[in-house]
Amino acid sequence: MRSASEHDKVEGFPVHFALNLVLVSSESRSKVLLAMARSTSKDAQALLHSFRSAYAATPTNLKIIDLYVGFAVFTALIQIAYIAIVGSFPFNAFLSGLLSCIGTAVLAVCLRIQVNRENKEFKDLPPERAFADFVLCNLVLHLVIMNFLG
Amino acid sequence: MVGKAEPVNGSVKSGSNQSIPATMQSPLKKSDLIPNLSLKTLKLKTKQQELLIRVSILCLVYVLAFITRLFSVLRYESMIHEFDPYFNYRTTLFLTEKGFYEFWNWFDSESWYPLGRIIGGTLYPGLMVTAAIIYWLLRFLRFAIHIREVCVLTAPFFASNTTLVAYFFGKEVWDSGAGLVAAALIAICPGYISRSVAGSYDNEGVAIFALLLTFYLFVKAVNTGSLAWALASAFAYFYMVSAWGGYVFIINLIPLYVLVLLITGRYSMRLYVAYNSMYVLGMLLAMQIRFVGFQHVQSGEHMAAMGVFFLLQVFFFLDWVKHLLSDTKLFQAFLRITVTTAIGVGAIALGVGMASGYISPWTGRFYSLLDPTYAKDHIPIIASVSEHQPTAWSSFMFDFHILLFLFPAGLYFCFKRLSDATIFIVMYGLTSMYFAGVMVRLILVATPAVCLISAIAVSATIKNLTLVARAKSKVTQTGSVRGSSSSKGSSKPFQRNGAIALLLGAFYLLSKYATHCTWVTSEAYSSPSIVLAARGAHGNRVIFDDYREAYFWLRKNTPPDAKVMSWWDYGYQITAMGNRTVIVDNNTWNNTHIATVGRAMSSYEDEAYEIMRSLDVDYVLVVFGGVTGYSSDDINKFLWMVRIGGGVFPVIKEPDYLVNGEYRVDKGAAPKMLNCLMYKLSYYRFGELTTEYGKPPGYDRARGVEIGNKDIKLEYLEEAFTTSNWIVRIYKVKPPNNRW
Repeated sequence: MRSASEHDKVEGFPVHFALNLVLVSSESRSKVLLAMARSTSKDAQALLHSFRSAYAATPTNLKIIDLYVGFAVFTALIQIAYIAIVGSFPFNAFLSGLLSCIGTAVLAVCLRIQVNRENKEFKDLPPERAFADFVLCNLVLHLVIMNFLG
Repeated sequence: MVGKAEPVNGSVKSGSNQSIPATMQSPLKKSDLIPNLSLKTLKLKTKQQELLIRVSILCLVYVLAFITRLFSVLRYESMIHEFDPYFNYRTTLFLTEKGFYEFWNWFDSESWYPLGRIIGGTLYPGLMVTAAIIYWLLRFLRFAIHIREVCVLTAPFFASNTTLVAYFFGKEVWDSGAGLVAAALIAICPGYISRSVAGSYDNEGVAIFALLLTFYLFVKAVNTGSLAWALASAFAYFYMVSAWGGYVFIINLIPLYVLVLLITGRYSMRLYVAYNSMYVLGMLLAMQIRFVGFQHVQSGEHMAAMGVFFLLQVFFFLDWVKHLLSDTKLFQAFLRITVTTAIGVGAIALGVGMASGYISPWTGRFYSLLDPTYAKDHIPIIASVSEHQPTAWSSFMFDFHILLFLFPAGLYFCFKRLSDATIFIVMYGLTSMYFAGVMVRLILVATPAVCLISAIAVSATIKNLTLVARAKSKVTQTGSVRGSSSSKGSSKPFQRNGAIALLLGAFYLLSKYATHCTWVTSEAYSSPSIVLAARGAHGNRVIFDDYREAYFWLRKNTPPDAKVMSWWDYGYQITAMGNRTVIVDNNTWNNTHIATVGRAMSSYEDEAYEIMRSLDVDYVLVVFGGVTGYSSDDINKFLWMVRIGGGVFPVIKEPDYLVNGEYRVDKGAAPKMLNCLMYKLSYYRFGELTTEYGKPPGYDRARGVEIGNKDIKLEYLEEAFTTSNWIVRIYKVKPPNNRW
């Protein structure tokens, strides 16, 4: 298949694609672009499929943490959409709202790393300690946020 | 004790459970303890002996770091030195008297008349709050101590604490032996002593402690991957941000370090946890300081940290996807898409931010570190500060002594045993040495890195040498194999002698270092700058206390709302000790205001009078060193007044004051120089004074020439006060004449 051969040739370097685009003439350029788009969409579908099947295998507690991270990022996006419409005054309030979402998302990801049993580096860390650290850091984060809200 | 401790010294790694063979140690029985407890009979196990030695060394180093900084307190008195510390002292006094809320919202109308200064929002409160807390703690324990004593001794106290942090840091990077050596080296290193001597109540005294603490806690967090350590390092970073503007070094070094780890393939989950939590929490905490404000998201100097933050998210995400997908081809396609989009989005965001001006470029103060010639051409105030000049080799040797050649040796050892921690210390050392080369003041920031790396060299070398020196005794007694020492010991006595000779040489060098450091501290870094000392003709010590005499006169003999004009060097001291309003002071936040004063000092008396009337000036203060030979007076600083004034008001031209490019005050001086206000105020009535035996009257001892214009008449000012050695001269500005 054409897409396979392109993969084998290129090995993930976008530079070759760029060179390809520059050197060929306009007609073959459009043909190459079309081929690229088709292969990329096929890649994307295959990617999503394997991604979904692999993700179903993760344990439930990790999925809960992922849900929390997703929620935090979603809240951050809502706030960004808000300031795009209304404006960012007062700036400290905007920053504290945004950073509380990002901060708690980041801390949850750190918790996920430490609780995940597949990570060899954190084998000796009891999950209760990881969760206690997570709660402490969130406490500090939100206390500072409340001070910064103004 | 010594006989039993021999196998312990120098060959035991920290925490290792060395069991001494039974033949060498008598059995431990509590009943064996003889009532006269000499050390021999303490009969401690090896680990306890080692712990005792370590703790006693640390205690001695702690005390040493404190007492070596007390020279000026013993020679003069317990007072605040220099210029900047007087502002810190004044604000601390205000804090303890009025409370934190008043301090945080303080608008000061006693400086920068008529503009005033928002002190609450333009200072780094860490130092003042620290001293106030110590003061309140002591008061709570019913020690009735004056805040000035606390201020004077804050810096040595924190220097002692720095030695403790250096010990733990050395232990983290290498082992506890290196930690002990690092603590000992940094306790007496002149590079650090110069800004933390007793009386030097300045931000750096506390900031270096906070800097080293932040770095130690961050390295600990990277090594353990624990959220708790990362939180601690975020708090240490907050303390650093509250203490000194040099926190920019931390917020750029740590992302650079993370980048280096990523490039060398040392990306790990621990790094992700440590950096991300420290960055988010640290950034939030840092924005609570009003002076820093929103710089962490808006200033170009802080963008590296944010860029690395996003890069780490990308790395982690890719790592996670790679882990989930078993198919490498699909993953590479995904990788391609993600990397190109991430780089594209990042570049666009950065470009838009900088082009629209939202992300401010690097400020002049820090930009001149990257381009050392920038300040001289564009910002003369930054270029005029003596601490901002590039460093000469002699300064390095003076401040570091043997550490200067132990530093490359330590780098070699670090590269031999690369780990996350040693990579960090190498990067810290190299970047700080570059900046120390650009600006003299930054030798202070390089000192902890140099001490740590040299400690690694010293500790590793001495450890190897003692291993070789002890090898023979090991073989004969127990036959236990300790690496290569057993084979070497029996066949080559020359090696053992060589090792002992080298050991003696190493100890000699270290003792020379200690001697040098103490001499430097005593001679060079313990002068209060506000009190001058000299040797009289008979060898007796003569003290010039003119500054304080003048400020006291101002305090007692002028109306409380009098405004004093002087060059910006003396502003802080005048407000703190003289308690009068000044026109400009050391904060130098308003270049035009300083240039106005510079213009007034360099103009003829009538033009200067116009400027002084517009600023409501009542008194003018100049510093003059012609009688005592004091060389840091206003006439020697005069060209900077001209340059700064001329930078804003083109009517002042520097060549007008020079003769053939030369700066002279004698008969051959330029006419504008001989008649400008600064000249007149400095040399008024000086032409009648004989300063030195055999020289004509009006002989200026600081410049070494006889002055040109001896017959000076003042029309708009009159002399109010001249101190006993003519160092400080105060003039009163006359009100305008009555109209007919």
